[in-house]
Parts: sequence; structure tokens; C-alpha cells
Amino acid sequence: MRLVMMEAPIARKLHEQMLRIRTVEEKICELYSEQEMRCPVHLCVGQEAIPVGVCAHLAPEDYVLSGHRSHGHYLAKGGDLKAMMAEIYGRVTGCCMGKGGSMHLVDLDAGFLAATPIVGSTVPIGVGAALASVMRGEDRVTVVFFGDAAVEEGVLCESINFAVLKKLPVVFVCENNAYSVNSPLSVRQPPGHEIYEIARGHGMESSQADGNDVIAVYELAGKAVDKARRGDGPTFLEFKTYRWLEHCGPNDDSHLECRSDVELQEWKERCPVRMLEDRLLSEGIASREEMRLVAANITTEMEEAVRFAKSSAFPEPELLLKHIYAP
Amino acid sequence: MPRELKFFQAIHEATRQCMEQDPAVYLVGLGAPDPKGIFGSTLDLHKIFGPQRVMDMPASENAMTGVVIGSALAGMKPILTHQRLDFALLSVEQLVNQASNWHYMFGGQKSIPIVVRMIVGRGWGQGPQHSQSLHACFSHVPGLKVVMPSTPHDAKGLLIAAVEDSNPVIYIEHRWLYNISGEVPVEPYRVELGKARVARNGTDLTIVASSYMTLESLRAAEILQNEGVSAEVIDVRTLKPLDRETILQSVCRTGRLIAADIGWCTNGFSAEILALAAEQAFESLKAAPVRVALPDCPTPTSPALAKHYYPRAIHVAAQALKMLGVNPSERHPAEPELVHYDVPDPSFTGPF
Repeated sequence: MRLVMMEAPIARKLHEQMLRIRTVEEKICELYSEQEMRCPVHLCVGQEAIPVGVCAHLAPEDYVLSGHRSHGHYLAKGGDLKAMMAEIYGRVTGCCMGKGGSMHLVDLDAGFLAATPIVGSTVPIGVGAALASVMRGEDRVTVVFFGDAAVEEGVLCESINFAVLKKLPVVFVCENNAYSVNSPLSVRQPPGHEIYEIARGHGMESSQADGNDVIAVYELAGKAVDKARRGDGPTFLEFKTYRWLEHCGPNDDSHLECRSDVELQEWKERCPVRMLEDRLLSEGIASREEMRLVAANITTEMEEAVRFAKSSAFPEPELLLKHIYAP
Repeated sequence: MPRELKFFQAIHEATRQCMEQDPAVYLVGLGAPDPKGIFGSTLDLHKIFGPQRVMDMPASENAMTGVVIGSALAGMKPILTHQRLDFALLSVEQLVNQASNWHYMFGGQKSIPIVVRMIVGRGWGQGPQHSQSLHACFSHVPGLKVVMPSTPHDAKGLLIAAVEDSNPVIYIEHRWLYNISGEVPVEPYRVELGKARVARNGTDLTIVASSYMTLESLRAAEILQNEGVSAEVIDVRTLKPLDRETILQSVCRTGRLIAADIGWCTNGFSAEILALAAEQAFESLKAAPVRVALPDCPTPTSPALAKHYYPRAIHVAAQALKMLGVNPSERHPAEPELVHYDVPDPSFTGPF
């Protein structure tokens, strides 16, 4: 499909959002060695198309939940960048007042309900939020993001079953980057097995697409979100993609020899950001100058967020025993 | 004239009144709307509130716990019921990683107002996986509240308070309490979470009891009275947050402590009570405190073994007399010989 079929502002927005996530993650890489971000970071460089293509269909009232690799989902849903950076720096101005760190992000105003790092664990919580939307007569869609390892957790099948049973307005988005930490799919799931077919076995509509092609993600997600909003039930989407960096941290992991350099290079050649840039240029939707301006604005925003985070106070010791119970 | 209800009827009434008062309250559990209605405690509620608010569920304890957590985040107040505590172990991931931590790990934003009912089985061969008392595990976890009513009055008042609380509350019921009767006010009322109850006043020693062991401890106090010993019995009601003040006040007054728990001994709830006395009432203690709890072995099924597994009033009383250096008199046989030890009373004819 030619992009001119799509509204040009949407295409430019998708590009801006992907570039923003890429810039944030790369800045974290650059600064991580300062040892001031004293928490694990699971970066999503190479996987930006999926959060952006999916969240483009969501309103602030819609809910999103995610797992350990959640920066992209948080930002694409409209999560506050300064609050995220302050959280990673352990500051009281962070989105969890410094009690969560990179693996626990939340922005209720943006409808980013939660990210927590136990694989698959937020999936049923998202299904429950969708159940509440139905019970309360609210017009909300919930999207749960998870990785390829989550489908090995029993709770995922349990959640799919219940979502189908109750026809809930929830979209299951599997980002299949082929590795769980350093364990490839080949040691975790049988050969010739496609993840999205598991959902079909439970009676859930399910499709698969190239997770590095933001237009493909955008189109497939649009159908699933519309269907959920119409009250026609849940959908499972599997997007194949690739993580460029190590599982946790800012570095390349080729020295581990868990993944081949050839494999990594092939995926880098299919960079989701550059693939869209090429199309925007070739189809005359955006010029290099416009893109340069967009990039400059994002860089400024990120530098401001880092300044904010680094200049914020740490939480006072009194906060240690606060928030154990809600009043 | 005061009205009496059985324990399960008190739970039923509390649930119904919570659902009448707040449309956000809903009930979900495997078999909740079935013709047995969780041993009568949810019987026919679906006929009043409909299948959406009194919901059966797939046998997916972990996901369904996540579902109630998610629904609570989005404005609902769920009650999740497990027919045995042992099945709820499938949901420990959601309870311990998510529900308990949520309010804290997100810096005080949102909380998880859920009630998870778990029933501890006993007798008629419930065996290793239908009778485990794991309240100590749950009360180890910051962020969870854990309650264990032992009377119909507290069953109702604690359940209403739990539903109205903003936090995840583990509400542990003992199957042998289900048929006991007691006075229960008709109107809704609350028993404050975190407050123990002095079930019997005494001066010579303090028995701190949990759940069903409160009944055995009260029977023990009767036995002890016949021996001239005055025992105070404290029903903890809430394990977390624990009412340390009520326990310490009593122990400081009597100087002697027995902790009688329905769980295992090692690292158990009874150990926490003894630690409390050792740390904060050491000067008042006249004798070494004692635990009366389950031996550190799985629950046996055969009645011949189960008889020796569960401590009863006679065991609590014997420990008290030993502590006080009193020889039991022969005038008062401590315990009538029972035909069966695997039922709470002869009306139970199994299975249950």
C-alpha cells in the first residue's frame, strides 16, 4: 500500500513517535554508564513500531498495560517523559516517586495503567480492567503488551480463555522478538509453531504481521481496536520484531554469542524508523528538513527531561514506610 | 430477642448487604452460583444480583485473581472465593507480586480493593491438599491484610470491613466454623480490621488463638477453670495488621502466654506471637511461652492419623497446667472420649 492512501499527518506522527522512543532509549544508553540510573533498564531499540502503531488508535481513556520492556508503550500511550526519566533516576518526582524504577511505570492521566516485570503477569490484570469497563458501561479499549515468552506462561492461556468467554474489549499484542533474556525460541517452543495460532485454539481471532513495518502494525491494530470498541470482543496480534541491545542494559550483547551477528545485521537493515523514513521521503510526505526539525525537537525535549530528572530530589527516608496500605 | 445466624449465613448476609449498598461490589468464584453455593455462603445470591455480579469462573485461579485485580483498578470491588485455600496457591503470583505491592510500588497511586476468601478444610479425610492453613505465609507479605474470623458476628463484621477497605484482604475461613451459631445483628456493621477480641477474661495466663483454635482455647479455659486456673483467651481476628497492644496488655498482666494456632509450628503465626512477647513483654514473663500448633508434617488423610495431628482443647489445657505447675486433678476428666475426631460435631456425616 502506498502511504498517500493514509493521511499524511498520521504517517508523520507515527514517524515522530518512533523517533522519540528511539531517541529516549539511545540517550539512556549514552548516560547509563554514569551509574546514576541505578535500576535495570530493558530497552526497546528496534521494536518501536509496535507500541507506536498500536497506541495511535487509542484515546487517553483507553488502558494500556505492559511488562518489563515498557518504555516504548508508556511513551506511545502518552506517558510523561519527565516522570519516566525521574523514575529511572530514582527521584521523588518520578511516576512512582522512585519506588518503581524502569520496570514499574504508570501514568494514569494517559491511561497507562501499569507496567510490571513478571512475564505475563499484567495480562490478566488488563483483562480485568476490560471486564470492569463492560460492567461499568464504559467505552474503553484495553491493550496488553507482552513478549514471546509470555505465551509460555499458563496465565496467558487462562487470560485468553476468559477474554473470549466474556467477549471483552481487549487487544492482546505479542511482540515476538525471538528471545527470552538469552534463550532463543528454539529451546522454548516447538518447531513449526506460530504463536498467534495458540489464540485461535481458544477461539480468539488472531493475526500476525511484520512488527518492524509500522504501517502494517497500524492497520492490523486499527481493526482490532475498532472491533473491541464495537463490542465484538478480543483479538490477538503477533508482531515479529527484534531487540538490538542486550536483554537488560545499554550494551550490544554479541560477545555472549547467543545471537548471530548476521541475524542482528539483517534486522538492523530492517530498522523500523528508517524504513518509514524512506517511505515518507520517497512518497513526498515529509522532507529531510522536516525530519531534521522533528529530531531536533525530540532531542531538546529529552535533554530537558534528563535535566529535570537529575535535578530532582531523591525521596526522603520517611517515604520508606509510606504507601504500604492505602487509606 | 437477639437473632442468631450460623457462620456461613453471616458471610452470606454480609455479602448480600455489601452488594446491595455498592453496585461496584461483585462476587466471583468457582461454583459461587451453583446449587451448593460455597457451602451455603453464596447460595442463590445470583438470583438476586444476576450472573454478572455473582459470577462463576474458569478453573484459572491465577488469571482470575489478575482479573479481579484489574477490575479493582478500574473501579470495581470484587470478592473472589476459593472453596479451599489450597487452590488459591495457584494465584500466589498475582497476590504477592501484584496486589500486595501495587499501592507501594506505584508511589501511592491506586490501590487494590479486593477480598479473597479462602476456606481451610479439615476432617473427613481432607488430607494434604484440602486442609492447609497458610495464613502465616500471607501475613508475611507487606501490603496484604489477613483476617480470620471465629464467630458469626465477626464473620459478618470483618467481611463488610474487608469489602470496604481500600487494600487486598485475605479472608480465611475455617470449615469447622461454618455450622456454629451466634448472635448477629441484622443491620450492616463493621468489625475494624486490626483489632483483636478478648473472648474470655482471665488472670493466670493468656491464650492467643487464631480461627478455629479460638473455640478449642475457650474449651481449654473451661477445663482450666475446673482446675482453678483462670485463662484469658484472645481471638486475634486480624493477623495483619496485628493488634499487638491487646496481646501485650494481656501478657503483661498474666505473665504467661500460649499461642494456639491452626497452622504449622515452625516459622508460623504462633512464633510471631511468642516473638512479640519475648521482645516487648520479657520482663513480665513468669514462664517460657509455649506454642500449640500443628506438627511439622503434611496433613494425613486417615482419621487414625489426623486424630494425632490436630491439637485440641485438652492439649492447650495440658500445656497451661504444665506452665503453671499444676497437676491435673482426677476429679475432672479433661476430655470426654469422642467416637470420631474427624468431624466438628456429630451432625457432620461427610463428605464435606
